[in-house]
Amino acid sequence: MTLEVQSVAVQRGSVPVLAGVDFALPAGEALFLRGPNGIGKTTLLRCIAGLQPPLSGVVRMANGGAATDEIAYASHADGVKPTLTVAENLSFWASVFGASGIDAALETFDLVELRNRAAQNLSAGQKRRLGLARMLVTGRNIWAMDEPTVSLDAAATANFARVVQDHLARGGSALIATHIDLGFDAKVLDLTPFKATTENAPEFDEAFL
Amino acid sequence: MIALLLRDIRLSMRSGGGFGLALAFFLIVIVLVPFGVGPETSVLGTIAPGILWVGALLACLLSLDRIFALDYDDGSLDLMATSPLPLEGVVVVKALAHWITTGVPLTLIAPVLALLLNLPQDGYFWLLVTLAIGTPALSIIGTFGAALTVGLKRGGLLLSLLVLPMYVPTLIFGAEALRRGMRGMEAGVPLLFLAAISLAALALLPLAAAAAIRINLR
Amino acid sequence: MSLWEYANPRKFMHTSGAVLPWVIALAVVTLVVGVIWGFFFTPDDYRQGSTVKIIFLHVPSALMAINAWLMMLIASLIWLVRRHHVSALAAKAAAPIGIVMTVIALLTGAIWGQPMWGTAWEWDPRLTSFLILLLFYLGYVALWAAIDNPDTAADLTSVLCLVGSVFALLSRYAVLFWNQGLHQGASLSLDRQENVHNAFALPLYVCMAGFVALFVSLLLIRTRTEIRKRRMNALLARERAA
Repeated sequence: MTLEVQSVAVQRGSVPVLAGVDFALPAGEALFLRGPNGIGKTTLLRCIAGLQPPLSGVVRMANGGAATDEIAYASHADGVKPTLTVAENLSFWASVFGASGIDAALETFDLVELRNRAAQNLSAGQKRRLGLARMLVTGRNIWAMDEPTVSLDAAATANFARVVQDHLARGGSALIATHIDLGFDAKVLDLTPFKATTENAPEFDEAFL
Repeated sequence: MIALLLRDIRLSMRSGGGFGLALAFFLIVIVLVPFGVGPETSVLGTIAPGILWVGALLACLLSLDRIFALDYDDGSLDLMATSPLPLEGVVVVKALAHWITTGVPLTLIAPVLALLLNLPQDGYFWLLVTLAIGTPALSIIGTFGAALTVGLKRGGLLLSLLVLPMYVPTLIFGAEALRRGMRGMEAGVPLLFLAAISLAALALLPLAAAAAIRINLR
Repeated sequence: MSLWEYANPRKFMHTSGAVLPWVIALAVVTLVVGVIWGFFFTPDDYRQGSTVKIIFLHVPSALMAINAWLMMLIASLIWLVRRHHVSALAAKAAAPIGIVMTVIALLTGAIWGQPMWGTAWEWDPRLTSFLILLLFYLGYVALWAAIDNPDTAADLTSVLCLVGSVFALLSRYAVLFWNQGLHQGASLSLDRQENVHNAFALPLYVCMAGFVALFVSLLLIRTRTEIRKRRMNALLARERAA
C-alpha cells in the first residue's frame, strides 16, 4: 500500500511550478507538505489525486496499481451543498463510495446534533468538519488533504489530529499540505528545493524558443 | 449513480432557480408572441408549432449553465472526478436530472400554453410526442455545452452561442414532425430522425462532455 | 525526414517563412488573372446577363468557407492525437479566415440573388447551411477567446470542432429535409452532363486556385503570428522563473 511519487513535475496554468518531486508514502505513515504560498502544494496534490496529469514522472502504487483508486482527495473547497442537510450531504458521498453508514463519521467529527441542519446554516468551521467527515466515508486508504485545518478551532484541530492518527493506526496513510503543527510525529517534505527552474523543467514551452 | 440523480433533482427543487423559472420563462415567451404578431387566431394557429418548440428550446437553455457550474464552484466536481463514479456516467446522470427537472415539466405544460396560441385540435398529441422525444436531445447537447464552458467565469452567454447552433437539427425535425402531424400528414420520418438525434446524442456526447470536464479540471 | 518535423514550431517558422512570399505571389497573380479574365473576357450568360460573373467570387469563397472548417477539423484531430502545438495554432488561425470567406459567400450570394430570384435572402437549404456554418465559426472563435490557458483552449476548441462538425453536417441534411430551395445545383461536378460552360469554367478554376493560395498565405501569416505570440509568452515565463 505504498504510494510512490517519482520525479514528478507539475504545471499550473501552463507554467511549470515543481519539478523532480520524489517520495514514497508507506502504509501507516503521514507526510506533511510544506513550502511558501504559490510553491505548488495544491497543484501537486491535484496531480497526485489524478485531476491533472504530471508534466513528467509517475504517480503510482508500489504494487503497480493505479493510485487514483486508493486516494481520497480533500480540496480547499468542501464540496458541501448549501441546500442539503448535513446528513444528506454525507449520505450522498457515502453511497458514491459504497460506504454503509454515516453515523460513525458524524460522531467522529461531532456533527450528530447538526445532522438535520441545512449546510447553508453551518459556520465555516462546521462546514469544514463536514468536509473532513467525508474522508471517513470514502473508505480509502490514502488521504490527500489540502489545508484541512483552515477555519477549525483548537479543539477541532486536536480532534482532527486524533482522527488522522487513528487512520494511520488502521494502516492508512495521509498526505497533508499544511502550515500548522498537528502535534504528532510525521515526516515533513519541504517543497522549496523542488521549485521549477529552466534547468530542471525542460518543458518550459521550449518548442517555441 | 442513483444517489447523484436524487441529489441533483433535490438540489434543483430546493434552490428556487431551476425548475419553476424555466416554466415561467416558457409561459412569458408564449404570452409575448401574440403581442408581437397580433391577435388573429388563424395566424397564431399556423405559427404555434414553431413558437412552442422555440419557446421550449429557449426555456431549456436557461438552466444549462447550472448543470456543472455550481458543482465546479464548490469543489464537488473535483471530488466526483476523484470518486469511483465514471465521469461519463456523471454526465449522463446530470443530463437526465436536467431533463427530469426541465424537459418533462416543459413537455407537460406545453399543451396548456398551446391553448393560448390556438394550436389546432390535432396538434396536441403531436406536441406532447415531439417534445417528449426531442427534449432529451436538448438536455444532452446542452450538458455538453455546459461541460465545455464549466471553467469560465462568465460562461452563460458563450454557452448559448455554442449550444444554439447545435440545437438546429433537433428544432427542425421536432417542429416539422409537429407541423405534419397537426395537418394530418405523415409525420413518421421526422419523428424517427428526432428520436435518432436523441439516441445518438445520448450515446456519443457523454464521452465528449466527460473529456471536456477532465480538460477543464486540469 | 518526415512530415511531422514541420510540427516543430522552429522548423515551421523557418520553412513557412521561406515559402510564404511565393504563395503570396501566386495568390496575387492567380486572383488578378482569374478575376480580370472572369469579369471582362467571358460572354454574358443568355439568361442571367452579366450578373452571372459574380460567380467568380461566390463559388471560390463558398468553397474555402467549407474547406477552412475541414482544415480546422483535421488540425484539431492532429492536436488531440499528437499534441503538436502548430496544429492547434493553425486551427485557431484558420477560423477568422473561414468567417470572412463565409460572409463573402453569403454577401455575394445575396447580391446575385437580388436580381435573379428577386430576393436577397431566401431560406434555401444552401443559404441556411452557410448561415449555420457561420454560427459554428463564431462559437469556435468565441470559445478560443474566452479561455486563458492556451493548451486548455486548444483542447476544448478541438472537442468543439469535432462535435460541431457532426452537428453542422446534420444541420445540412436537416435543412435539406426542411425546405427544398431555389439554389441552382453545384456549379462544377464530375458526374454531371451539364456543367458550367467551358468559357466560364476555366477562369473559375483560376479564381478557385487563387482563393486557395490566398487562404494558404493568410493562414501561414496568421499561424506565424500565433507562434510568435506563444514564443513571447514563453520568454516572459522563463524570465519570471529565472
